Amino acid sequence: MSLNRLTIADARDRLRKGEITAVELTDACLAAIEDAGALNAFVHNTADIARQQAAAADARLQAGDAPAMCGIPLGIKDLFCTKGVPTQAASRILQGFLPEYESTATQNLFDAGAVMLGKLNMDEFAMGSTNETSVYGPAVNPWRLGEQQLTPGGSSGGSAAAVAADLCLAATGTDTGGSIRQPAAFTGTVGLKPTYGRVSRWGIVAFASSLDQAGPMTKTVRDAAIMLGAMASVDPRDSTSADRPVPDYEAALTGDIRGKKIGIPREYRVDGMPAEIEALWQQGIAMLRDAGAEIVDISLPHTQYALPTYYVIGPAEASSNLARYDGVRYGHRARLGAGDGINEMYENTRAEGFGAEVQRRVMIGTYVLSAGFYDAYYNRARKVRALIKRDFDEAFAAGIDTILTPATPSAAFPLGTMHAVDPVQMYLNDVFTVTVNLAGLPALALPAGLDSQGLPLGLQLIGRPWDEGGLLNHAAVLERAAGFVAKPERWW
Amino acid sequence: MSISETEARKVAQLARIAVADEALPALASELSHMLQFMAQLSEVDVTGVEPMTGVEKMRLKRREDVVTDGNMAEAVLKNAPDAREGFFAVPKVVE
Repeated sequence: MSLNRLTIADARDRLRKGEITAVELTDACLAAIEDAGALNAFVHNTADIARQQAAAADARLQAGDAPAMCGIPLGIKDLFCTKGVPTQAASRILQGFLPEYESTATQNLFDAGAVMLGKLNMDEFAMGSTNETSVYGPAVNPWRLGEQQLTPGGSSGGSAAAVAADLCLAATGTDTGGSIRQPAAFTGTVGLKPTYGRVSRWGIVAFASSLDQAGPMTKTVRDAAIMLGAMASVDPRDSTSADRPVPDYEAALTGDIRGKKIGIPREYRVDGMPAEIEALWQQGIAMLRDAGAEIVDISLPHTQYALPTYYVIGPAEASSNLARYDGVRYGHRARLGAGDGINEMYENTRAEGFGAEVQRRVMIGTYVLSAGFYDAYYNRARKVRALIKRDFDEAFAAGIDTILTPATPSAAFPLGTMHAVDPVQMYLNDVFTVTVNLAGLPALALPAGLDSQGLPLGLQLIGRPWDEGGLLNHAAVLERAAGFVAKPERWW
Repeated sequence: MSISETEARKVAQLARIAVADEALPALASELSHMLQFMAQLSEVDVTGVEPMTGVEKMRLKRREDVVTDGNMAEAVLKNAPDAREGFFAVPKVVE
């Protein structure tokens, strides 16, 4: 087996035994990336940095000072600031931006010895569910329908495509409304969104600050546990970073979930949901029951209001965060005409630099925050958000350990098909995932089966706040029971 | 709730995004459609509910009010489209 196909856990064990070197592992990934231009997953390659980091990792391994992530080659979503390496959030407005600093999450990974292969494609400013809002053009799903190219999902579509195609052992992602979990489900990979505040947001280009959270995208649940342990930290530079020690998540994978209570929320049975998704959900329920868990029907009554709430709060925060792109401090500045003043500079810079979806969200956010509408939209949405969170609080207070739902309302669909529908229709992709961001909970998507067309389908597990360990343990049980081993047939 | 072309123009101005006159009708209709979607929120009884400000009840961290870094003007200006003599340069603001 070529080395790029290894999991983090296997690679770690073989690196520590001296059976392989980090340089060999990195070279295998760089060669795979070289051959995978058709996937458009990697948009900035950092082969020189990767080889240097791999050599340093080998030295650490030889010295016996090797954390779990030491020598593990990763892809980094373009949203993470990486010092001296292009970081443009897949936007034209940040073209040429070379950060003078490193995000805390990537710094933590590098301190643990991880290797950066390059930057990964995504939707512009993480706004999108198909990767099609990217200035680089869309990343392509390694899974296909015949000759038809599919979306890898979004916004972390490049991360998901790269992991599914074995271009890297794992990747970083970020999740504001489902941007880690939906692409994981579309590509047959594992994606974990941690509890809000678990991974520092410092140095990650901000979209919606009360919803954004970074996490690992991996091939297995164990790998997600290992990588989260390295990404997470208590960070004084992020005022919302939680003052909680980072536990050993891998040690939480006991495989024993006997007596645990699994909540099945009836509101997640949505109109028009394909029978295959419902069947997959039932299979997941049966697997957890067979493992000794107790299945409990629960109600999360405000679920139906999660999408409109999200599409008020997300754009409101985005309009505020994206005000910084004004053509003054970094990135693109429009060419000024004769007599143009500073307002024309701002307006033309932002019209040229932001794509259509980003402009749409900034304007809707501006509207809901404007005088006269603030109470009717923004404040009301914040109140409904409190009710959505209360639904979860009450379920957990009643003894529920983990909640099981489908990850997405469909399998991956062809690229180009969402252009024809209106934005609201596109937002329905996030129906099962946004509630989690609004409530700040940890959640994980994992592959659980193939649909009749041979495409991967995912299930989502939602955990108690700060119980990533318990969540990962449930996921590992489900992963073993589902026995998902399918890989996309190589065409790229 | 629907947004007129005049309101759409005002929103674009507030957001500092140039929108051509001929693009205003489409923008107004798109924004109206999204607001209709959000109007569902008016069905929810939010009497006595406090607006949520954060997912965990925690007080924002505080630190001593002291200088923690600085003296990095070069790094701060490095990515500027137009920087001169240690400053960001912009078109004339005051007539």
